[in-house]
Amino acid sequence: MKIVVCIKQVPARDSQLRIAGSGRWIQEDDFTYEINEPDAYALEAGLQLKEKHTGEVVVMCLGPARASQTIREALAKGADRAIHIEEEDLGGFDPLAAARLMAAALKTEAPDLVLTGLQSDDLGYGQTGPILAEILGLPHATIIMEVDKVDGGIRVKRELEDGWFQHVEMPLPALLSIQSGISKLRYATLMGIKKAKTKEVKRFTAADLGGASSPSITIDRVYLPERTKRTQLFEGNPQEAAAKLVEKLRFEARVL
Amino acid sequence: MSILVVMEQRGGMSLETLAAGQQLAKELGTTVSGALVGSEPLSAELDKLYLIEHELLKDYTPDGYTSALRQLIAHVTPDYVLFPHTYQVRDFLPKLATALGKVAVSDVIHHRVENGDVVLVRQLFQGKVSADVRFQGGAPHFASLQAGAYRADQVVSGQPPVEKFVPTLSAAEIRTRPGERFRESARAVDLGAAELIVAVGRGIKEADNIPLVQQLADAIGAELAASRPICDAGWLPMERQVGSSGQTVGPKMYMAVGISGAIQHLVGMKGSRVVVAINKDANAPIFEIADYGIVGDLFQVVPALIEEFKRAK
Repeated sequence: MKIVVCIKQVPARDSQLRIAGSGRWIQEDDFTYEINEPDAYALEAGLQLKEKHTGEVVVMCLGPARASQTIREALAKGADRAIHIEEEDLGGFDPLAAARLMAAALKTEAPDLVLTGLQSDDLGYGQTGPILAEILGLPHATIIMEVDKVDGGIRVKRELEDGWFQHVEMPLPALLSIQSGISKLRYATLMGIKKAKTKEVKRFTAADLGGASSPSITIDRVYLPERTKRTQLFEGNPQEAAAKLVEKLRFEARVL
Repeated sequence: MSILVVMEQRGGMSLETLAAGQQLAKELGTTVSGALVGSEPLSAELDKLYLIEHELLKDYTPDGYTSALRQLIAHVTPDYVLFPHTYQVRDFLPKLATALGKVAVSDVIHHRVENGDVVLVRQLFQGKVSADVRFQGGAPHFASLQAGAYRADQVVSGQPPVEKFVPTLSAAEIRTRPGERFRESARAVDLGAAELIVAVGRGIKEADNIPLVQQLADAIGAELAASRPICDAGWLPMERQVGSSGQTVGPKMYMAVGISGAIQHLVGMKGSRVVVAINKDANAPIFEIADYGIVGDLFQVVPALIEEFKRAK
């Protein structure tokens, strides 16, 4: 089974975010970056499928040069090779324009299965998977917990709302977006890290793949959320803050 | 110009979206129609209610819904098409928009109209940053609205004229075969009935620290709950998860310990009467909806709180 896993590099989850001077994006200096966590689960699902059914795992990443680090980490975890669509400024790409680049990069790959995470931790549109499926002409399913090979394709377990699930069958090739937290993420081994250095990374620029198409949505402005509720904050040393909070909960909110 | 609201039968989110559609129609000086698959009666002031009927839409599939809605959109030619941001909509809306060369603005929390243009507000970086998003190019424009962003009780009622819409679908174009919906196991813990909840998130750092928040919960007789990452890691059972993929709760008091407040968590607990947040990051979105908060290291604050609660007994 040839599996392509789409991964994205995003600012680490505990980053302190500040708005850039332009007001159109966040200030990107002095961040540490990491793999988008939902994509780490897609990678894990891909690696497990390969171990079970043999085949190849190719990671594909659209991002600036710094994303090489995230790609190396995915190779160290066991991906066989990588595709890096290198583009420094992705501000003008909406999810459709980004997915068009990815589809173009996959033109010569013919994968059996394309996996994505559920959504990105930065933009959070949660759309790349189904958009890519439509461009590639593949059947898809989202929020997938399990993947099994069956005669004529795959059978997946899809999470629905409120604790409900459903099995769905479909032919291959197909695209799945993987639910986070469905398995334990592996660490790269020392051997894996060593091997990653020699694995193939195929590079494209956005221009190689047709460049930016005119966006159908644009981000006008980003800002820290306006406070709609007045929060009473208690500061000072922990004992004092705790004492004030407990008093408020007992005599003002009367919830205790 | 017109607006089309595509509803889903399950749950009140469709009515919230309908309320949003009516509100937007008023602001833009236009009319709103509704559409849904099936034949549910609906009392709402609408230009028209389209009931989409086809044997092949009995079970949801992304191929079937995309094809049917594409045909309805070609028939109705709306400028704006609004959806509730449900799991099902998340599954097919990006595909539908792509088929028409567009991108949907997903998970919208507010809107406003500026000089006749619609500006949509959505959250980035798991709620830490807000963004104003605009549509570019020609209609139709697609958006999905977050649960709780609009109020279902503000739907203006009425008796809409009904039009049956039968799309042309063939079994061959539907590539996925959905099975029956099922539930894994009965829930042992009903957090929905709890009066007091202490919930723990990523800030707790490791499994060995969970007993600390358990002691806090015990000190006030609260149920212990968690955000998704804690249950994913297996530090607490799945049945204690609050959020869009877990339980929805509305206790007298919800105390969030080390929970930053990603949207997926907030939708599960924003109905709580009093929200208390303990977090080291003063900019964490949980403080947006908290009534009381302590900005500080939970490993110092929680032991102090346990002591105070015991003393107050």
